[in-house]
Amino acid sequence: MAVVKRLCAAVLLLGVLSVLTYGLLAAAPGGPEQVLLGGRPSTPETRAAIREQYHLDDPFPVRYARWLGDALRGDFGTSISSREPVTAVIADRLPVTAGLAGYALVLTVVVGVPAGLAAAMRRGGRLDQGITLTSLVALSIPPFALSILLLYGFAVALGWFPVFGAGDTPMDRIVHLTLPAIALATGQAAIVVRQMRAAALDLAAQDFLTFARARGLPRRRVWVSYALRNAALPVLTVGGLLLAANLTGSVFVEQAFGLHGLGALLVGAVGQKDIPVVQALVLLGGAIVIVVNLLIDLAYVAVDPRVRHKAAAA
Amino acid sequence: MRAILLTVLSLAAVAAVAGSWLAPYDPAAQDLALGAVGPSAAHWLGTDDLGRDVLSRLLAGAGSALMWPVLVAVCTTLLSTTLGLLAGYRLGWVDTLLMRAADLAIALPGMLVLIVVVGVVGGGYGWAVLAMAVLFTPGDIRVIRSLTLAQRELAYAEAARTLGLRPSRIMFRHLLPNVAPTVVANTLLSFVAALVALAGLSFLGVGLPAGTPDWGLMVEENRGLLDLNPWASIAPAALITVVACAATLLGDRAFESLSKGGLR
Repeated sequence: MAVVKRLCAAVLLLGVLSVLTYGLLAAAPGGPEQVLLGGRPSTPETRAAIREQYHLDDPFPVRYARWLGDALRGDFGTSISSREPVTAVIADRLPVTAGLAGYALVLTVVVGVPAGLAAAMRRGGRLDQGITLTSLVALSIPPFALSILLLYGFAVALGWFPVFGAGDTPMDRIVHLTLPAIALATGQAAIVVRQMRAAALDLAAQDFLTFARARGLPRRRVWVSYALRNAALPVLTVGGLLLAANLTGSVFVEQAFGLHGLGALLVGAVGQKDIPVVQALVLLGGAIVIVVNLLIDLAYVAVDPRVRHKAAAA
Repeated sequence: MRAILLTVLSLAAVAAVAGSWLAPYDPAAQDLALGAVGPSAAHWLGTDDLGRDVLSRLLAGAGSALMWPVLVAVCTTLLSTTLGLLAGYRLGWVDTLLMRAADLAIALPGMLVLIVVVGVVGGGYGWAVLAMAVLFTPGDIRVIRSLTLAQRELAYAEAARTLGLRPSRIMFRHLLPNVAPTVVANTLLSFVAALVALAGLSFLGVGLPAGTPDWGLMVEENRGLLDLNPWASIAPAALITVVACAATLLGDRAFESLSKGGLR
């Protein structure tokens, strides 16, 4: 029942999002004809042709339904600036963004989880204070400022990393994406550290951990096999926060490092008022956020027996 | 530590108020023959590719970089504190309505909404500030509401109700001082979020005409000069970072000391 309710809410949200996205075309300055004409000269004939081609004289619900039908089949129309199908433009840019996001996620988990646990284990000590302060600072640094500082420090001054581009061969790409991934991962890792620490401290007060310690189990065993598994639940919730940080951060990081990914595509499309591309990206991003949050909700039900029984009992 | 943080923020405030007056040069004055050069006695932070003095542009940009976020923080705090107290104390349909709205706003990736709305619809900083207040408020409402829920059941709140005090008096005179540490922390966090978001928007070239002396825009415009005069891009990036970090850390500390010592 809980599952059905969550599914319905997600579908409803997607519906609202798609209406707002379609509404962007009408909200853009100059009206839809001007937007769809792009930079071409606007004469009464071309305007009439555009109205005809895009069925702009139909009522809003009819136009919306047609647009949504096409969108669901993967057809978002033609990009105004490049004159290529929007889907092709996005497919072309996707690998860079996916690589960056994946790389940053690995860094986030590898650094964030142990650091959060270490801080909780040494609560109040030097290490804890250091980690807590660092994560607070990392959380408030804007990704674009960090990108510029990293770019200058490690690419220009020290020359360890390339300054621009995404690289061609797989190895080359890893080298090229290292600095951007660090810039993207810093804020995310800080979120994970703080949640992990809070979750672990919350758990430390639990009876079953006191009992495990009383049985004389080694500290490492107590933390890793007893605490970590339970701490995974709140960290799962953080998944939603991480995703938002990732989507937003990648826009800035790609722009700062001159990477041609989806984030840079969005910024370019917004600047050129290339509405079909903006619509496709907003719908894609929104759908990802909604689906991931749904999956997190469902994962909660699957992982935590308490949630499951509560749902069954209700 | 606190002294350092307060000094940093006071310096920033001075720059925001008197920045254009303190600037050694006209921030828009070009010296094309000079071009982009590194720091010297005449130009402490060097010049950009049009020969404009970087320090002067930083000082001139401090006002808009810091005042707008203060406005966002004030609006967000007033709205979220009032609505949060109302939802948590009155409950009922007000609460339900506000919480559903909060769920919706929290599910949105706010920054992307800002980029698209401000970028497509246009309208500059005014719109951005309004959109930010709308996007930041729901999260804070939720926090204040949950604190109010806990406070309203305590003995002092019950005593105030027994005395027959008006709900508005109970909310603002009795409950508010007890949630004040969170309100202060939220205000500083909203300021940081707005500072970073506005600088981010202008970094992406959204919302401001090119050439405006603005910290975010300077980072972007001078990004290509990292080899000629790195300060032109690094100094604004570092300033944004330092102010954001100082405000966050101060908020953290203020929250801790206020919740320990109470507000007296």
